[in-house]
Amino acid sequence: MGLMDAYKLGRERRFHLYRALRKRHQLKPVSNRARKIRRRDILAFTTLRNERVRLPYFLEYYRDLGVNHFLFVDNDSSDGSREYLAGQEDCSVWTTSASYRQSRYGMDWINWLLMRYGHEHWCLTVDPDEFFVYPFCDTRPMAALCDWLDACEIRSFSAMLLDMYPKGPLSAQPYVEGQDPLEIACWFDAGNYTISRNWKHGNLWIQGGPRMRVFFDDDPWKAPALNKIPLVRWSRRYAYNSSTHSLLPRGLNLVFDEWGGEKASGALLHTKFLDTFGAKAQEELLRGQHYGKSREYIAYHERLQADPDLWCKWSEKYINWRQLEILGLMSKGNWA
Amino acid sequence: MSVGIVMLVHTALGRAEQVARHWAAAGCPVVIHVDAKVSDRRYKAFREALSDVALIRFSSRHVCTWGAWGIVAATQDACEMLLGDHAEVQHVFLSSGSCLPLRPVDELKTYLAARPRTDFIESATTADVPWTVGGLDEERFTLRFPFSWKTQRRAFDRYVEFQRKLGFRRRIPDGVVPHMGSQWWCLTRQTLQAILTDPQRAEYDRYFRKVWIPDESYFQTLARKHSTHVESRSLTLSKFDFQGKPHIFYDDHLQLLRRSDCFVARKIWPHANRLYRVFLTDAEGAMKRREPNPGKIDRIFSTASERRTRGRTGLYMQSRFPREGWEGGLTGARYSVFQGFTELFEDFEAWLSRTAGCRVHGQIFGPGDAEFSGGQQVINGALTAKAALRDHSPRTFLTNLIWNTRGERQCFQYSPRANQAVAWDMAKDGNAHVSVIAGAWAVPLFRTRRPFEEIRREAARLQRIEHEFLDALRSPWAKARAQIWSMAEVVEAPSEALQASIDEMGLRTARRLPELPEMRDLTGFGAFLQSLKNQGMHPYLMGDFPAEVDEPAQDEEPDDKPRRPYMVKK
Repeated sequence: MGLMDAYKLGRERRFHLYRALRKRHQLKPVSNRARKIRRRDILAFTTLRNERVRLPYFLEYYRDLGVNHFLFVDNDSSDGSREYLAGQEDCSVWTTSASYRQSRYGMDWINWLLMRYGHEHWCLTVDPDEFFVYPFCDTRPMAALCDWLDACEIRSFSAMLLDMYPKGPLSAQPYVEGQDPLEIACWFDAGNYTISRNWKHGNLWIQGGPRMRVFFDDDPWKAPALNKIPLVRWSRRYAYNSSTHSLLPRGLNLVFDEWGGEKASGALLHTKFLDTFGAKAQEELLRGQHYGKSREYIAYHERLQADPDLWCKWSEKYINWRQLEILGLMSKGNWA
Repeated sequence: MSVGIVMLVHTALGRAEQVARHWAAAGCPVVIHVDAKVSDRRYKAFREALSDVALIRFSSRHVCTWGAWGIVAATQDACEMLLGDHAEVQHVFLSSGSCLPLRPVDELKTYLAARPRTDFIESATTADVPWTVGGLDEERFTLRFPFSWKTQRRAFDRYVEFQRKLGFRRRIPDGVVPHMGSQWWCLTRQTLQAILTDPQRAEYDRYFRKVWIPDESYFQTLARKHSTHVESRSLTLSKFDFQGKPHIFYDDHLQLLRRSDCFVARKIWPHANRLYRVFLTDAEGAMKRREPNPGKIDRIFSTASERRTRGRTGLYMQSRFPREGWEGGLTGARYSVFQGFTELFEDFEAWLSRTAGCRVHGQIFGPGDAEFSGGQQVINGALTAKAALRDHSPRTFLTNLIWNTRGERQCFQYSPRANQAVAWDMAKDGNAHVSVIAGAWAVPLFRTRRPFEEIRREAARLQRIEHEFLDALRSPWAKARAQIWSMAEVVEAPSEALQASIDEMGLRTARRLPELPEMRDLTGFGAFLQSLKNQGMHPYLMGDFPAEVDEPAQDEEPDDKPRRPYMVKK
């Protein structure tokens, strides 16, 4: 990397940090319990809007994994999400009615919270419909993973977004509050992912899965990116660059081995496709606040009229992380 | 007769306390060294907590940095204290705060009592082992290392380079041969005493102070000088990964650790509550006199290191994305590619799948959607036949297909009409087996009814493309096993090409093919080629066909009677 490139990337990073600093004024604290955060605590950062029904299980899942404190940005929910979270002892909540899109799809807000509270903590940035799995997650808490990453001097951990879907039409199995969404959306695509490398930021660009197979089969370039780096040993100099797909400085994006080996990685089980999805897509389409002029939601909307079945004969039913490891969607690396 | 424990502690003091109590409860005197980097407040609290146990003492504190002398100095002090205070100690066991005894202490005592003169210390000469981190083996004894490897890496490397250029060498003290090995040992009183009271100790200390990672070489070297019986292995189960960092044990390793029959394991994750609970309370059970057997644990950790450094060939994913040339093979399993066969033979795919008993696809790289076997729209791994998705990344499509169907041999058709983006990938892939009947692309052209000018243009295009593919297969970079025939050769002796392709797949042991696919009717093909030539477009890949309207011998047979296969003797 030449000096000029280094300078440009540095400028880009400072620009993101500057935006984060400026946008912090949009966040109004609802309940700030951040002083409860202890030195080695694992923190979770989430932006949400009207996700009340998902929250109880979301919190339960991550509490079990060993997340110590949750920091939420509520983007103007009207379904009681904010009030529910404000009542939880391990949650801090900020709210804003500002534009999601103009906050770079929430990343400016999250970057600010990370800068302010995430410094020198292991920080997990996830959406309410994303469930983090990592090697040995059934027997070892997240603290074990973080300690191991510390011992190996690794600062960022990759977890690819794995779209989960139910068998049959989305509306067939209604989701009940507190239920494990994986009971309904337990199917995934095992081997239709395409990968290319972004040389500028050093990250991989992964596409594929049911969304590309069903919604973007005529224009694959527009299919959503699935590469994610949600777990980072944060420093206040870092910034998420494009959602949680990539970070700056770009060394953090080197979560893959270039010389034939495998680094350790996990997966984010993405349970977007529940019966709640139709209404959500409708709303997001009207708001037009999502990436690429919400083209993803336009594509969904077109197909959703038919209440589609994402399931196919070769869909794989989710069992556990070992299955994902064997299928080659994630890896233990040298963690044993 | 007893065994004394020296513990080097720097973190997880709570766990260290638990383990120290465990040793002391079994009657082993313990001397603990706490890293000087631990704050005085925590150190005091730690001492306070253990003040009720008479057998536990604390030695003077040194700063312990990885790869530096402090650890050796700390060990020396602690050992002197232990040997001075406890005349009954026969063996001294060096352990760390993250070590965990796996077998009852009495078993360790019995084991050592039965071997009163044996020193358990892993110790090998530098020339014979490839353990080193940072590429330094013998040089760690002959160069100087004033800079930290961890925090001043650049200065460290430059200074090493500088000394190499100057040809600088330190003198190794007389009477010692440098050895190295695991830091965790168990030495007899005699050997340890001899090392600590050696008249040359001041000289040795001065020398080793500047050696890189002296904790892995000081005692290992000097034990060779003083010991009467060195058993070169460590009683502490400790495994290192490819970067020289110790593997960590968790609760889910419980059964493995139990079955290993090792005395002590490191390093244990401080929050592995179950391991600490089980191994520090479970004194029950009959006395086992088995030898330690860490084989299974070895295997698990070496597989993990292998996974990290070599990975799974043919897999491309979020944490394995090799640079070009570093894949260790583009694909993970063998597959066969046939070009020109479906053009020349009727129903070739069905015949192939009958004969070879493997999965036979049609033209998966187009034109149009992929023709998966059985006309499926989606196959293994939810890989779809859609042309747009395939052409989005053809190489990934190929590697995905082979990865998803691993364990089952794949065959597919290819042609100059298909997406050529993967041509070079297949040619360079050692797993590919490519059979080509050159020039067979002309058969469909010959059978169409299109304006001749169009056919001529198409023929020229296809010939150019196939020529490039054949060049790739014949290039010095090609690793695929390629078999190329001209169409004329195959028409002359069809069974030869078919037999050779099937043999190459190595699936069937049958000496000869039971049946052959039927060749398409080529009456007038020679004339067709001639008219192309007359138009100025010379088809050369298919070999020579007589220009006259020929009457091949096989055509004399009635249509309803299939041709009999025959074998060409080599």
